[in-house]
Amino acid sequence: MIDALFNWFDERLGISGSGRKMLNKIFPDHWSFLIGEIALYSFIVLLGTGIFLTLYFVPSSKDVIYEGTYAPLRGQPVSEAFASTVNLSFAVRGGLLMRQMHHWAANIFVGSIVVHMLRIFFTGAFRRPRELNWIVGSTLLILAIFNGFLGYSLPDDLVSGTGIRISFSIVESIPLIGSYAAFFLFGGNFPGNSIVPRFYILHVLVLPAIMVALIGAHLGMLVRQKHTQFPGRSHTPRNVVGTPLWPTFIAKTTGFMFLTVAVTGILSAFFQINPVWLYGPYVPYKVSYAVQPDWYMGWLDGALRIMPSWEIVGFGHMIPNVFFPAILLPGITFGVLQMWPFIEARLTGDYAEHQILDRPRDRPKRTAFGAAVFSFYFVLFGASATDVLANYLSISLNVVLTSFRFLAIAVPLIVFPVTYRICKEMQSVPTAGQRKRANIVLRSAAGGYTTVRAEQRPGDAVPRVDPLPLDEDVEFVPAMTGIPVVSDSSPVQSQPEEPAPGTSDLPRGGIFRIPRDYR
Amino acid sequence: MPDDTEAAAGSGEPGASPRRVRIPVASVRADAPQFQIAAKNPRRAEIVAGSGFLLAAVGFAGFGAAYWQNYSNFWLAVTFSVGFGGLGYGMVIWGKYLMPRGPFSESRHSLAPTQAQREVFIDDFASRGKVAVERRGFLVKALGLASGILGVVLAFPFIRSLGPLPGRTLRQTAWRRGSYLVDITGRKIKTGDLEVGGFTTVFPPDDIGGAYSQTMLIRVDTPPASGYLTPPPQFAKQRATWAPQGYIAFSKVCTHAGCPVGLYQELTKKMLCPCHQSLFDVTDAAIPVFGPAPRPLPQLPLYIDDDGYFRAQDGYDEPVGPGYWERGND
Repeated sequence: MIDALFNWFDERLGISGSGRKMLNKIFPDHWSFLIGEIALYSFIVLLGTGIFLTLYFVPSSKDVIYEGTYAPLRGQPVSEAFASTVNLSFAVRGGLLMRQMHHWAANIFVGSIVVHMLRIFFTGAFRRPRELNWIVGSTLLILAIFNGFLGYSLPDDLVSGTGIRISFSIVESIPLIGSYAAFFLFGGNFPGNSIVPRFYILHVLVLPAIMVALIGAHLGMLVRQKHTQFPGRSHTPRNVVGTPLWPTFIAKTTGFMFLTVAVTGILSAFFQINPVWLYGPYVPYKVSYAVQPDWYMGWLDGALRIMPSWEIVGFGHMIPNVFFPAILLPGITFGVLQMWPFIEARLTGDYAEHQILDRPRDRPKRTAFGAAVFSFYFVLFGASATDVLANYLSISLNVVLTSFRFLAIAVPLIVFPVTYRICKEMQSVPTAGQRKRANIVLRSAAGGYTTVRAEQRPGDAVPRVDPLPLDEDVEFVPAMTGIPVVSDSSPVQSQPEEPAPGTSDLPRGGIFRIPRDYR
Repeated sequence: MPDDTEAAAGSGEPGASPRRVRIPVASVRADAPQFQIAAKNPRRAEIVAGSGFLLAAVGFAGFGAAYWQNYSNFWLAVTFSVGFGGLGYGMVIWGKYLMPRGPFSESRHSLAPTQAQREVFIDDFASRGKVAVERRGFLVKALGLASGILGVVLAFPFIRSLGPLPGRTLRQTAWRRGSYLVDITGRKIKTGDLEVGGFTTVFPPDDIGGAYSQTMLIRVDTPPASGYLTPPPQFAKQRATWAPQGYIAFSKVCTHAGCPVGLYQELTKKMLCPCHQSLFDVTDAAIPVFGPAPRPLPQLPLYIDDDGYFRAQDGYDEPVGPGYWERGND
């Protein structure tokens, strides 16, 4: 049955030929390659739960009187968007689970993109020939942040509404076109009635469509260019060592996808996220205390907070204060991020192709620079909690704010040389990165002392096996199937290409599809 | 069967011929260590992976039951996660321990074309282009004209129609000369409505709840001897009569990023914006004393009419809220 179905498609689309190569696509065995998969799978969670949410969410700012099951809000005027969000959380079975999973998955999505990007950065995987994929990836990060913001703005609650108010001011602050851009984006002056429907269509259709296309391009380029790999035994620029797509990688990665779903589910079971019914509906003249955006907007919020109160006025025009932290800073951040492969190539003069990754310690300048920049954004992130910290530590807000202004400059200046020194130190230790082995001091009968190195631990001493090349035409019968090996030396007739070096008497079958002759 | 032969000949793929064509490799043996599964004890690995799947079965059945019985979100989420967790655990164990442990490798070739390939491509592209395009200068220009006009007119539905032009809307609020100060319920505020240190959000009657006309009315003090709160020296003349009977009103829209400046500290007589912690000194014309806000909050000139109601002497004399490019004019 399955054979017949497969044949039907194969005859029409020619799957076997190119599909055969895909089966042998090699994925390197290193944990750091999993981080990108977390991003991919949380995106799948986002799509699945998001589709569910669109069935119940009403993207409208129209005022209604809430008459749902949540008693404290009953009788209050709220927008339809807010009412439907509360309804799908309480009145729809499984609705709260889907909503919480959606929000958690969004946080995980952006987080895993950032960590994935750090891995790519610190190991130099963005270098030629992968500059293009770095640009696609960093574009995905920007879109993910934007779409996350749009998404948590949709419920029209007090916290997110304040965020929209701030974003209106940010767009308004762009020199020359700011007020026009704000009026066109938001459909008039704040708040208006267009924000929810517009954000909605951007959030559920426009940005996801672009992201799906970019993710396709990201993976397509990955398959075409093949993975990078860490330096190691038998790892050369001319090969990729690891696990083949079928069946091993498929099994592991599908399992990993399910585990990502499970973790998202556990988070939504135990940790409440964005309880909009506690915040209440958005009204422009109300504001709640300790308002923090989702974590990936934290660095922008922090930058807004610690920016000194400067503003440029002259010649009848103004460059408002928020322009610097909220337009200029992200502009420079994302600009440098996207152009980094070219900036680094220019600085180092290294324009060669690289298939083997760097150990971060072997590129101390890049590592130190990356760590310093990251620490800067980490301080900004911390600065988005100035009010909470001041409250929690019972110190004055002034002290907290002033220290963050100071830290934003000082921390990167400290992190750079420290990281640089650590890298240099690690370089000079030949066994850096390996598990430590004790030096055992022995006392001889005569009273002398000798030092012996401890045995390797069992796990570390596994004899390494050389990788087995799975080139396109080589197939194997794994010993695991227990299929007896039958000699088959039928000569190659229809292939004009050179046969692989040497000929053995071993048959080559598929992994699961056993050739008919052996059945 | 002519079709079959055609298909087989046409594709030329190894898989398409009736008999598999295999190219064996001398060094590879079916019992090579790479083909061995990673588990020392496959039976045990199988039991572990299988328990994962059975756990998943229990979890998903539990999810169904919880859904059916309309249990809380917690039980839905727990059963759901146990299901997927078991599934994922089983799959990972299966892949990690019961499949060839490798490592395997594939070869990698540079994707950069040879000089010859590139030349052929460019040659074909350019020579065909020359014949087809370059000799038709008129067509190219006409096409460019049409597309250019399309581009310009598309800007109207896709950009211009998105919203109204700002006009003067950012410069003026709904406050007018003589506007009553009403609260969110529409009740007119009169003297004595607030205790000393009390404050409330007020609007003009025709824009209740308005995002830009929201104004903070604060009773800073008992009525001073002069009848008015004393403004700071630089406003001594202009604002001498703006704050009658110890009451003062400032725009509630933060001059930093537009949040409502919703908190008033009675002890220090300062207004705090909870978004980015700008602090405005109410006794000093709401000048920002801390935080990122660059400008004071605009002050609404008040008077008390013969019936004791608060009213605006006039609208705000400057745009309220955050800055924008054209604002430097005012």
